[in-house]
Amino acid sequence: MVKEKIAQLREIALRVREHVIRMSTDGGCFIGSTLSCVDLIVYLYARFLNIDEENLSDPNRDYFFLSKGHAVPALYGTLVELGLLERDRLTNHLKPCDSIYWHPNRSVPGVEFLAGSLGHGLPVAVGVAMDCRLRGQTNKVVVITGDGELNEGSNWEACLVASSYRLDNLVVVVDRNRFQANACTEELMPLEPLGWKFMAFGWQVKCVNGHSFLDLDDAFSKIPFTSGRPSVVIAETVRGRGLPSIESRADRWFCDFSREEAAQLLKELHEG
Amino acid sequence: MNYEDALTETVLADERYVVMTAENRAAIRNLPSALGERFIDTGITEQAMVGAAAGLALRGRIPVVHALAAFLTMRAFEFIRTDVGIPCLPVKLVGGVPGFLSTANGPTHQALEDVSLMRGIPNVHVFCPADEQDLVIGLRKVLESPNPFYIRHNPLPAVIEHDPSFEIGKAEVISDGTDVSILVYGMLFRQAYEARSLLEAEGISVRLINLRTVKPIDERAVLCAARETRLVVTLEDHFLTGGLTSIVSELLLHHRMAANVLPIALPDRWFRPALLDDVLEHEGFTGLQIAEGISRVTREDAARKKSTNRRP
Repeated sequence: MVKEKIAQLREIALRVREHVIRMSTDGGCFIGSTLSCVDLIVYLYARFLNIDEENLSDPNRDYFFLSKGHAVPALYGTLVELGLLERDRLTNHLKPCDSIYWHPNRSVPGVEFLAGSLGHGLPVAVGVAMDCRLRGQTNKVVVITGDGELNEGSNWEACLVASSYRLDNLVVVVDRNRFQANACTEELMPLEPLGWKFMAFGWQVKCVNGHSFLDLDDAFSKIPFTSGRPSVVIAETVRGRGLPSIESRADRWFCDFSREEAAQLLKELHEG
Repeated sequence: MNYEDALTETVLADERYVVMTAENRAAIRNLPSALGERFIDTGITEQAMVGAAAGLALRGRIPVVHALAAFLTMRAFEFIRTDVGIPCLPVKLVGGVPGFLSTANGPTHQALEDVSLMRGIPNVHVFCPADEQDLVIGLRKVLESPNPFYIRHNPLPAVIEHDPSFEIGKAEVISDGTDVSILVYGMLFRQAYEARSLLEAEGISVRLINLRTVKPIDERAVLCAARETRLVVTLEDHFLTGGLTSIVSELLLHHRMAANVLPIALPDRWFRPALLDDVLEHEGFTGLQIAEGISRVTREDAARKKSTNRRP
């Protein structure tokens, strides 16, 4: 990927992080968990997924599911920056006049499916991928799951099914920020060796730096990693990425900042 | 025509249908060869199967999903509620061996709260056919409905020729009696029918109603029964809580009506596992036992009325 393109993605991600910080006041949001997957979502929409304003109801479009629904401010911000969602609507965050709340729902343009209950995105995506396959279409189906979310058994049921049905049009991206709600994953419910777990379920795995657009581009350009197998990208990320004062902190999952604090964080974002 | 033939015919005629199962093929043995890729067996994964069914429905499919009623409605409950109920996707959930039909399996397999659970989810409708003929009669309309549906699968042979016309939310009134109404859904229809014959022989006029869909319920049929007959019996192979007894109670409360109701259902416990006839006998659900119970209550009601009238 050329330098200009990377700079452009960085610029979009910066704007999305600004939106996220603005959504972390007046009720707040799951900011730590959101900031870890901003770069992933920006990359997917800007470079990988065939989804745009024109094709939102075209059955040949690609499909994206944010299974860790509480990270939805990253998705709202990305949809705004790419022109799929009206910018003004973000000022309605948490207001009863709109549907811009803590978890995604289908009344927001560009949101394929509701999320919030963990362990649902992958099973639903399996159904979508099955249908694309049944109809002989080549569209891709991408799911971002949290790493903590992988505690839910339904993911592993879905992994068995995806592998059995050879769904190589299906891609899981694990936002591997190494935290679940209140604790480090490896202290509470260790996931490692995570890649091996997926491989044992018949998936092909690549580990990448989830904040490097170059790394992401390298991995996604090779999908499916093996024909006939579903792919998983384990994206190593940092909780709270972009704001050093909250990065990698177990107590910065959900935050409701004062407006002064948010103004300070915006400053920190641009200095960082 | 049986369920499998009716389903095959519908699915082959319309590309939108896919048939899914969590490795429960008892009712759909011949479908894999008939449907090819539109038959999807996900193995023993009720949760992932229901999630995938929602995904298929997002793409315009109408998945007809099969698993044992207990595991479909309970293990996958939240997937039904969240992925099917909230977005109101037309997923059809067919629960095998519900209620007494789990016979000798034991309490793990006893779905005695399935109606309660499924009707509690907004958008989800519930169809409880009296037997396989009734199931086949209602199948097409239930599959074509835009709503998610829970179908209490029932392969038992029919005891009567059912009314071939079927509307969602419309009960089948078998007889228009004036003394006692028996409201029933599902496999206990046969026992209700037998009880009716026994009661009629005693000179008790019975209004027998096969409810067919319990959500939406035929409100008019229930309210008329409450208004026009002296005793309303609710009969179900389900816990007393949450099923027909609750539905009728809610309806009466909603319309600020009082009625003389005799609930016949399972109290707060599981039933003794055995073969079906023995279960019915042991639990007091044979036609004869039901008729005796109703007869006793009508006698008690009459005696009470007499003693009340005698007071100065």
